[in-house]
Parts: sequence; C-alpha cells; structure tokens
Amino acid sequence: MDYLLTEEQIMVRDLARKIAQEKLKPIVAEYDREEKFCWPVIKLLAEADLFGVYIEEKYGGMGGGILDLCLVTEELSRVCGGVAVSYAASALGTDPIILFGSEAQKKKYLPDIASGKKLAAFGLTEPNAGSDAGAIETTARREGDYYILNGLKHFITNGGEAEIYTVVAMTDKSKGQRGSSAFIVEKGTKGFTFGKKEEKLGIRSSTTSELVFQDCKVHKDNLLGKEGMGFIITMKTFDMSRPGVAAQALGIAQGAFDLALEYSRQRVQFGKPICSNQGVKFMLADMATEIEAARGLVYGVARMIDSGNTKVSKESAMAKMYASDVAMRVSTDAVQIYGGYGYMREYPVEKFMRDAKITQIYEGTNQIQREIIANNLIKESLANSKK
Amino acid sequence: MNIVVCIKQVPDTTNVRINPETNTLIREGVQSIVNPFDMYAIEEALRLRERFQGKVTVITMGPPQAEAALREAISLGADEAILLSDRAFGGSDTLATSYALASGIKKIGQVDVIICGKQAIDGDTAQVGPGISVWLDIPQVTFVKKIEDVEEKKGTKYFRLERMTEEGHEVVEAPLPCLLTVVKEINEPRIPSLKGMMRSKKAEIIKWTAADVDADPKKVGLDGSPTQVVRIFSPTPRQGGQVLTGEAAELAAKLCELLKGAL
Repeated sequence: MDYLLTEEQIMVRDLARKIAQEKLKPIVAEYDREEKFCWPVIKLLAEADLFGVYIEEKYGGMGGGILDLCLVTEELSRVCGGVAVSYAASALGTDPIILFGSEAQKKKYLPDIASGKKLAAFGLTEPNAGSDAGAIETTARREGDYYILNGLKHFITNGGEAEIYTVVAMTDKSKGQRGSSAFIVEKGTKGFTFGKKEEKLGIRSSTTSELVFQDCKVHKDNLLGKEGMGFIITMKTFDMSRPGVAAQALGIAQGAFDLALEYSRQRVQFGKPICSNQGVKFMLADMATEIEAARGLVYGVARMIDSGNTKVSKESAMAKMYASDVAMRVSTDAVQIYGGYGYMREYPVEKFMRDAKITQIYEGTNQIQREIIANNLIKESLANSKK
Repeated sequence: MNIVVCIKQVPDTTNVRINPETNTLIREGVQSIVNPFDMYAIEEALRLRERFQGKVTVITMGPPQAEAALREAISLGADEAILLSDRAFGGSDTLATSYALASGIKKIGQVDVIICGKQAIDGDTAQVGPGISVWLDIPQVTFVKKIEDVEEKKGTKYFRLERMTEEGHEVVEAPLPCLLTVVKEINEPRIPSLKGMMRSKKAEIIKWTAADVDADPKKVGLDGSPTQVVRIFSPTPRQGGQVLTGEAAELAAKLCELLKGAL
C-alpha cells in the first residue's frame, strides 16, 4: 500500500530501517537473552537525529510529527520491540513538555531530548494506580519555592536510563483526579532514586524500573501547566502517544509476518513448501491484510494529530487497541507457521510473540481503550441527538 | 589537512546476474551503491578531519547518476563533492580512470592525502588507487588498516601507518602528500544523520568535464585504455565432491588411485 509519505518521511523511515536491519538485528538476541538496555543502538539513533523527528526545529528537532515518530518506532519494532519502546517512551516522557511546557521549560529540556543526548520517561503508574490514574498516592507538598515529592512509581519504561522524567503526583488529595499535578524531575535530584528493575516476559532490551521519591525537592519552575492539571496532562499525553504504541505493535506484527512468510517458502514437508498448502496460505493472507488495516489506522490517526486536530482520543484508542490485538494474533500465528521451531528460543520468531503481549496492556489496557472508544461514541451520539 | 576521497558507484553485487547469452551484466533493476570499500575510505577521511581539522573532498568519475554516490558521501559529512563526467571518459579502463581522477585532483590544488578503498567490488582490480599515485608522482601505501599518527621530521610530515599483508602486519611511514588504500578492518563506517541527509539534498555538486581538468584527450576514454574487456562470463559451478566410505586402509588405497588419476 502506498501511504503517500513525503520525501522527508521516506528518508526518516529508510534511515531507521537501515539502523534496525544493519546494526540492531545482529545483536538483538543477545540483548533479549541478557535483558540489557540496548545503549549501542540508542546512541546510533541519537547520532542519526532520529530522537528529534517529532520536535520543532526551533528546539533542535527535525520539525516532523507523530507520523515520523511512528515510522521510526515501526521500523525498530520489526526487529526489536524492546528498543522500539525505549525510543517511543522517550517521546512519551517528552509529550507533556511539548503539550504543556512553558517556553522556558521547552528551551531547557527539548534540545537535549531532540539530539538524543538525554532520554526522557513518563512516571504515572503506581502499585495501586494502574488504569485508575486518579488513585495515585505519590504526593507533592508545596514548601516555599519548592514541591516536596514522596512516593513510589513502578513499571516505568526507561526508569534509570532516562535523564528527564515527567512525574504525576497529588498536590491536593481531596480533589481526587483534579488534585494531581505533573512535574519535570531530573535524574540526580536529591531524594530521587531508582528501585527494583523488573524482569519481563518480552521487550527485554528495554528497562522497566521503580522511581523512588523521598522528600525530593523539585523547584516550582518544574511544574507543568498549573496545579491540578495532572490528569488532563496525562490524558492529552496518551492521546498523542498511543499511536506510538500502536506503531510498535504494528512493527512487531510486520516483523513476525516477514519471518513467517520467508519460513513458509523454505520449509518443505510432504515434498513441497508449506506455503503451497491452502491452510497456510489463508493464514498468511489474513495476517497481511490485518497488518495493512492496522497500518492504515495508525498512520491515519498520526496524520490527524499532525494536522493539529486535538480531539483524537477515540481514534488514538482505536489505533492502539486494533494494532496491538493484530500484533498478538499475527505473532501467535507466525509461531504456529514455524511449528516446533517457532517455539524454540534459537529461532527469532517466539520473541515477537513475547514482545507483542505488552502492547495490549500498557498505555491503557485494551479493555480501557474500548471504554474510551465507547464513551466517545456515546458522547458523540448524545451531542448529535441534541441538535 | 586537505583530504580527498576517491569513490565509485557500483551495482550492488549481492544481486548481480550475468545474461548467459550475451555475457554482459544485467543492470536492470539492480541498485547502485557506493563501493563498500570506499565507505571505509570516507569514514577514515572524516576521522582524520576530526583529529587534524581540515576539509574532506569526495571525487568520482562516472555518468551523471553517479551524483547519488557523492550525495551519500555528503550526508555522512564530506564537505565538498566533485563529479567528473564527460562522454570523453566513457569506456575508460583503470589506467584512463586513474588519469582522469589524477587530473581532477590536480585541479583541486593543495592536497595532503588521498584515500581510496582497496578495490571496487565490480571490477576487483585494485589498480585505480595506485594508478592515481603514479600519475601524481606521490607515494602510495596500500591495504592500510590503521593510521597511527602524523609525525614531523625535518619539516616534512609523515604518516605512520599499519598495513595488512598476507604475511602479517607492517608498520610503514610515508611522507605527505601520499595516497592510501584502506581495508575494511580500518574502521566501522558511520550511519548518516538526518541533518546530514537534508544537507546533502541541497548541496551543490561540482561538475567537471575532461576539458575542465585539462585532460589529454588521448589519455582518457577508449583511446586512453590499453586494456579491453573481451568477454564476461559466469564460471561453471563446481561439481560436487565425492565421499569415500569403507575401511581406512582400503580408503587410503582408493584415494591414492584417484589422486594419481587426477594428475
């Protein structure tokens, strides 16, 4: 399918593909097995200016948009969902600054993120606050020019590796969701440390850690927007970042499919390649069609965001939900086509199945996405019936 | 340090096939790339510039579409690119090609070092680099795997270089200006940056004809080429080997018979 990408977007995609295929592919198994953060490739992405594709030129970026970010994420993901999420999670940590940062905050933080000198991360999830983002327990108490942060964030992608964190904490617990605020906290700030590093099923070349705040003093200049805007910042950030997770899922599906197609042509049973069996053919056709449908949805919503449309919750949720469900189905079928070999760690395809699962869970489980989609549908329907 | 890198645009030989009837390369649908060995030359030039400052100029001789190879070099960080392109250069062998490139380099002016890949993957001759040094009458050091340092002795600068030979490694010194051909062990070529690619899109490629570089018409193109390609063919695939089975003594005797027969 031709998505009529611009010359710059093709350049971005091809450069990401080159790094993924030439530099990432040879080391992917090692980093997955040993659960190491893939700094060598992250550094190459930085040198190639790929961390800045979606950041404005005046802050050191390339001036592209979310579609550019999606293209890079997809290409990385075709090889390794772990590296892809390390890349995309830096954008997730950056989105609140792009959306709600003051000019001074943007000038201070965006150039280093755009150049890839510093990674960013987003700190929202807590042990008792997953989908229920209003239930967060981390507090930020105002004291003079500072906020004092106390609490624990967990499951934070890029935790420990990133330098810049956007963290959501309660400034007024009595107001519930409306009492949370978002802060920029730099690594090395006194009272800010890292806890347990998680061991994971998939995306093992990415780091997932706890953030620990113990009387951590953060200057009021690091408050994003105003007090009480934490929830809205989170929601708007996710609207913008979900296409990134969707692109990660899309890449995983494509990567698994590429392997399955190739294998089905080479694997001979009963004297002929297994791809000549109708059972396998139908699987391949369904997989490819679902991937293409997911791609249309992901690129479509990315373009919507890039055109300046801010009401994208429903479409963003659809893209994330659909692409990740496709990733899970396609990667499972890819293992099926590989048969017994597919189940073995020695072959590359099982990793895609392990990597796919998380895309149905994070940045809102797919059940939460369906909630968002349905709530928007009902809201729209109500609004239409009042006219 | 003024550094010149000579590059060549070649068909990506990983997918090259030969038409068995005409014995010529099938060029349709084959992607053109920068000769992989030249990528190491470009990288080493950029590293030399990082160490000693200066300027990296890339030069190639080829048809107008060879411009793409020069733009790739610029996207990696080269400062300037020159395309020697003229119908008069058509059909040049390695002698005529090295003459044309040497003429272009003369026009560039003051040059401290010329770097080439050890050979091109299409012709595999490894003659053009050394040829240029002969036309320019400067020293050549081939198969360089490391540029150790630059030393100054009695007012002359010398490169200290490590060469790769079949027998082992050789450390040699060569006064500047000189010509180096490099092997792939010398470095790991970088990936271009987006900013570099944007710059290369807009960059102006300098184009010189045979007349622009004062080339003697008798020394370029077919007239300047004493060698001619008579025929290109795919070698017949090697036949499969023979596996002998049986008792050791019996096998040894059988093997000796076979070897005798082959002599």
